[in-house]
Amino acid sequence: MSVPNDLRYTRTHEWVREEGDTVVVGITHYAQEQLGEVVYVELPEVGRTLDAGEELGTLESVKAVSEFFSPVAGEVAEVNERLDDEPGLVNDDPYGEGWLVKITVSGDGAELMDAAAYEAFLAEEGH
Amino acid sequence: MAEQADLKRTPLHGEHVRLGARMVPFAGFEMPVQYTGLMEEHRAVRERAGLFDVSHMGEIFVRGPRALEFVQRISCNDHSKMTVGRAQYTGLMAPQGTFVDDMLVHKMAEDEYLLVVNAANLEKDFAYLEELASDEEGVRVENESGRWAQVAFQGPLAAEILQPLVDVDLAAIRYYRFVNGKVLGHEAIVARTGYTGEDGFELYTAPDPAPEIWRAILEAGKDRGVLPAGLGARDTLRLEAGMCLYGNDIDETTTPLEAGLGWIVKLDKGDFIGRDILERQAEEGVERRLVGFEVTGRGIARHGYAVALEEGGEPVGTVTSGTHSPTLGKAIGMAYVPADSAEPGTPLFIEIRKRWTPAVVVPLPFYSRKKKTTTK
Repeated sequence: MSVPNDLRYTRTHEWVREEGDTVVVGITHYAQEQLGEVVYVELPEVGRTLDAGEELGTLESVKAVSEFFSPVAGEVAEVNERLDDEPGLVNDDPYGEGWLVKITVSGDGAELMDAAAYEAFLAEEGH
Repeated sequence: MAEQADLKRTPLHGEHVRLGARMVPFAGFEMPVQYTGLMEEHRAVRERAGLFDVSHMGEIFVRGPRALEFVQRISCNDHSKMTVGRAQYTGLMAPQGTFVDDMLVHKMAEDEYLLVVNAANLEKDFAYLEELASDEEGVRVENESGRWAQVAFQGPLAAEILQPLVDVDLAAIRYYRFVNGKVLGHEAIVARTGYTGEDGFELYTAPDPAPEIWRAILEAGKDRGVLPAGLGARDTLRLEAGMCLYGNDIDETTTPLEAGLGWIVKLDKGDFIGRDILERQAEEGVERRLVGFEVTGRGIARHGYAVALEEGGEPVGTVTSGTHSPTLGKAIGMAYVPADSAEPGTPLFIEIRKRWTPAVVVPLPFYSRKKKTTTK
């Protein structure tokens, strides 16, 4: 199970990387594996303001649709436009080229887990 | 993991677990939905070959001197001209002219027919057939599903890879024909049928030798890119080929004529269950038709989504099946629409998560293989 140590995680299987006052958000290796090959990614508009836990967009694989959520309150600073043409990046490189959204943080975020806690969470869920 | 103790397992369950398949509940069975990845498995079948466990399918035998008469009564297709060793697709008909199920009828002998039915409908079908047979002399209906394993080996390389493992000449088995033969020395029905739009075979054997046969086929094909394939790929393959899935595209509320399956309706064969309804539909025309569509906007139109003729308009139909087509690289599906909106080229709008997304009616199938197996 691939859970990088330098990221923090949500219970809905997003990861968060802090870069100054912005955070980068993606979905975890586990989440992309569950979803299967992603064929469409629906991203939010840049500039949209968000509450923590608000739906950010959707990922579609052949078999399923899955929403992803904002781990923090803030404003959408940038979206990964490459995913329009290369949605498979979410599967191939979920922690790198397959990132989804950058958010300028404006308030406190939801409670995030570190890698160890997320791994324990996955184990608890029976994965 | 959810409790799956109440789910049945096929004789190949151990193979799926060993291969690391993701198992899901399907029609009361624990079945593999994918092994390495749906798209990869899909492509293996289109370009090389893939092996499916379809042991969940139901096998019902109709036997007796009046077996043909009985099969003619329950089915909309005409089985009177079949010779032994032929298979035909048809509907198991309800009095409303709708589908109790869809099935493959195999003529095993003059007085014996094998009906291969959907796993989800097996109990319902068998109860229906038993009831119908109970007031008939000279016909017995027997559910032998537990005695059969079934694998489907599908794809352009299937015949070549399978040939060394069987004692029959596969080239001599034409499309929708079958023979009784042996696979690795085990008795088998070897049928040139399938649900993928590719050439291929469905092998019916006893449960015990099934794992050995499964492993031998994968081993024989491993250097040629053969993969085990799950229910996920089976669904995208059949949809590209424009084949109906019971419970999605056809059910007890839809008739074969509405589903575009007029070719399996033989009104001139004599009476059968539901014939009067189908005759009236044939004369007066159907009100709705199952059509193929391509989504021209973004997103995948899935089962149950509303279909309208204009953006935000009143829904006139429903998506019955929808997916992303791995072969075509676009979102495709089938939907019931009013008969006067069924022409290819008709613009549709499909509500994909609260957004009316443009789509267009296209001819079925979405995909057909270049080289056809001889049928005559």
